Amino acid sequence: MVTQEIELNDALARAGIAAWETDLAELIVQLGDDLPSHILVPAIHRNRTEIRDIFRRAMGGAGRPAPTDLSDEPRALAEAARLHLREKFLRARVAISGANFAVAETGTVMVVESEGNGRMCLTLPDVLITVMGIEKVVPAWRDLEVFLQLLPRSSTAERMNPYTSMWTGVAPGDGPRAFHLVLLDNGRTDTLSDPTGRQALRCIKCSACLNVCPVYERTGGRAYGSPYPGPIGAILTPQLRGIARHPVDAQTASLPYASSLCGACFDVCPVRIDIPEVLIHLRGQVVRQHGWRARIGSDEALLMAGLGATFRSPRRLAAAERAAGLAGRFVGRSGRIGRWPAPGMLGRWLRFRDLRVPARRSFRAWWRSTGGDEGAGR
Amino acid sequence: MTHRPATAGDPAREAILDAIRRAFPDRRPVEVPREYERAGGGTRSGREIVDRFAERVAEYRATVVRTGPYGLSRTIAARLAERHLRRLVVPDGVPAEWLSDAAVEIIRDEPPLSLADLDATDAVLTGCAIAIAETGTIVLDAGPDQGRRALSLLPDDHLCVVRGDQVVDGVPDALARLDPRRPLTWISGPSATSDIELDRVEGVHGPRNLTVLIVGE
Ligand code: SF4
Repeated sequence: MVTQEIELNDALARAGIAAWETDLAELIVQLGDDLPSHILVPAIHRNRTEIRDIFRRAMGGAGRPAPTDLSDEPRALAEAARLHLREKFLRARVAISGANFAVAETGTVMVVESEGNGRMCLTLPDVLITVMGIEKVVPAWRDLEVFLQLLPRSSTAERMNPYTSMWTGVAPGDGPRAFHLVLLDNGRTDTLSDPTGRQALRCIKCSACLNVCPVYERTGGRAYGSPYPGPIGAILTPQLRGIARHPVDAQTASLPYASSLCGACFDVCPVRIDIPEVLIHLRGQVVRQHGWRARIGSDEALLMAGLGATFRSPRRLAAAERAAGLAGRFVGRSGRIGRWPAPGMLGRWLRFRDLRVPARRSFRAWWRSTGGDEGAGR
Repeated sequence: MTHRPATAGDPAREAILDAIRRAFPDRRPVEVPREYERAGGGTRSGREIVDRFAERVAEYRATVVRTGPYGLSRTIAARLAERHLRRLVVPDGVPAEWLSDAAVEIIRDEPPLSLADLDATDAVLTGCAIAIAETGTIVLDAGPDQGRRALSLLPDDHLCVVRGDQVVDGVPDALARLDPRRPLTWISGPSATSDIELDRVEGVHGPRNLTVLIVGE
């Protein structure tokens, strides 16, 4: 994930180095020349037949080809990937890994996984390079007792994931002979300096918030335009890309709006990140960044500006209330305003929704003429 | 390129630490609430802990075999025969008694095998450092009866011997007993993936078959 964030594979390719993904789903994404769509299951947008076709077409160019009679059974596909990658693991001299946690107190780095490709990378090649965001560091060894119980349960609903590896430097006669740890900032200290936004750095990438998000469910992960899809991506990506300091590209600026603010993500998050709060905070930043032009550029912005002006003055509010009461009498039918060919946003809105007809007389007008005496002036 | 560990005075290290300090100048030490079950907090007896471990490992689709101390070598031999395993690699510290009944080719990892030779074996037999009942986990720490990490990774069958007194109650108990300076591998069932249509398949890269042999009275 973090290597995708820094586009390491592209940089390696430009330097003439062949880098191969070893996670089954990442391999499917790489061979299909594609983008990941989920934190935990990055190839969830591909069905078994597509995966078989990708393997048949692309494995040969990358190394050991897929068997010609490869079926689309998940077991057979996993076996093909196993054989294809085993050959690479036995020959690779350098591996690059990410990390889930690191411990400041002991210098230990840790990878949590299911398939064993992580163990292969951490154990077989001569040189191991681990690239890790600085937010992965926890203070003490015993803090792992919290996260090792939290992560698998929130991520895959297992009591424990199949493999967890922990290492502290190199071990003579066991595993790589050289270990390099790259601690990555790339926008994280900027994120840390924002008192509201910094909670996004608590994320342990369990993907629970993706699985419950109605927006993610409709759009899929690739719409988020970054390796971090779903609700967490909507608050993390804009911050890592510097939204607090300078305007960002249109897709990134749209991410804080990719939410109905239903709050399901906040409910499931094991580290209690208030994602809706950060989304609203970032929306404010987008508006400020894009200035006045963005504020009056849309019907919605125009409407809000008009409402703001109206609510600011009691006189204008009274006039608007009178006008609304009068207008309602003309366009309303049996107490409702239905489909009505109004221009712009109002017309589009009314195509699918009814409005209640505004009261003929506003509360304030009634109060002025009756002094609050019930029954009077009906 | 020269070897350049990040030490005090290193410009890259100073730059990143400085950026963190500037980003969060008003930080204070936090008190972490630890109201969960800590090490030593469990109330289960030794027997209950071992039973629970056996049950939870089995839920991962691993094979669990329980045996008394005198039946271990026969149990190992029976399991090797049942799985039709012929070439067994063992770390140098595995006691000879474990293997006295095994009718298979036994390859000691001493001197260490090449990766290709290791890949050509059928199975590995190891001990473990500890095991965790709550999560059905075995933990290897590269001790003499476990060997280097590659041993329990390349062969397709892993047989792991767990003594009853090695099983602890929960994850905090395990962390309290493990040495972070050793390379640690936590194993909870065989390798698995759900990457294709969320259909669970055992075994992508690690051993596809895990047999846990629990030795108790
Ligand atoms: S934001 Fe919370 S729920 Fe979402 S991936 Fe991160 S830790 Fe999991």
